[in-house]
Amino acid sequence: MGMDNEIEKVPLSRAESEAVARRRRGRNWAMLIVLLAIVALFFAISIVKLSGQQ
Amino acid sequence: MTDTAVIGDGQGAAQSPRPLGAAADLGAGVAGLSTAADWFALLKPRVMTLVVFTGWIGLLVAPGSLHPVLAFTAVLSIAVGAGAAGAINMWYDRDIDLVMRRTRNRPIPAGRIAAGEALAFGIVLAVASVLVMGLATNVMAAVALAVSIGYYVFIYTMWLKRSTPQNIVIGGAAGAFPPIIGWIAVTGHLALMPILMFAIIFFWTPPHFWSLALWANSDYQRAGVPMLPVVAGAKETRRQIVLYTLLLVPLTVSPWALGVAGPIYGLSALVLGLGFLVAVWRVARDRQDAAGVSLTNDAPARAAFKYSILYLFVLFAAMAVDRLVG
Repeated sequence: MGMDNEIEKVPLSRAESEAVARRRRGRNWAMLIVLLAIVALFFAISIVKLSGQQ
Repeated sequence: MTDTAVIGDGQGAAQSPRPLGAAADLGAGVAGLSTAADWFALLKPRVMTLVVFTGWIGLLVAPGSLHPVLAFTAVLSIAVGAGAAGAINMWYDRDIDLVMRRTRNRPIPAGRIAAGEALAFGIVLAVASVLVMGLATNVMAAVALAVSIGYYVFIYTMWLKRSTPQNIVIGGAAGAFPPIIGWIAVTGHLALMPILMFAIIFFWTPPHFWSLALWANSDYQRAGVPMLPVVAGAKETRRQIVLYTLLLVPLTVSPWALGVAGPIYGLSALVLGLGFLVAVWRVARDRQDAAGVSLTNDAPARAAFKYSILYLFVLFAAMAVDRLVG
């Protein structure tokens, strides 16, 4: 009967909640770093390609 | 004070409550429990090291040059493509990873990442790596990268690994692609040298992997993976390790003999090859019972496995040195 029956909500303690939040923050920082690195990489590729230094 | 976490993706019953990071049912995952390191682990970073290195050497020994930014992008694309294939492999193998000691703490069987998320992660990275390779270098390099990812995922992971003891012989080709991709990224076409580099990794893979399989035998047995020691026994595996190494050593010298590499590489290949032959000879002469089971806890196989990694790194480094100096 769809997704509702397949997902179960499990209560977390305060410590577990904090652990989940900490890990989420870590993932978000990692994602930010990866995104900035991708922007820098594409910028560098564009400069090299446009300047014809291949 | 409590919070809620979502458990389960429809496969297997969710347990409630469950301690953070506890082993999950197949395919289940706890949203929010994964760390950035878990996602990185999906990329099989240790395998990636070898892939990056051999791909970089392929790029380095190729005639011509590539702008450092594009060369970096090419190696990064190879690394991410290999990592993506690794993530899809972990998604597909999550059932056997759960029963093997060596792999049961991987992010999916441990329940830190949901199987579907790992698959999506792998597919997105695979497509992105091929596109970026094509944009930064050339279409042929992108095609070669796509073929290597497809070969690892479809030929090795989904077909050969669970169906034949020759799985890592034929599947080993997937790990042999990086130098070809690196070479094509620079030149745009294939040549004898990258084919020989491919062949060297191809013939190196069986003795390397079977040395590991000899002492991880029980793990593969439990998981029902038909590795050679499980199907043909330890004695036959030791014999095959020696045979493949006997084929490998002259092959490694062939770039020198055929004039596509210089004496620095040739002599290095000879010395390293002799070392490898000694290591696998010790594996063959390991003290064993009538059934071929090692009485030394497979100490020679462990040593040969370690040596095989060093061997390939130094061999390919010698190629680069030979090209730069010669």
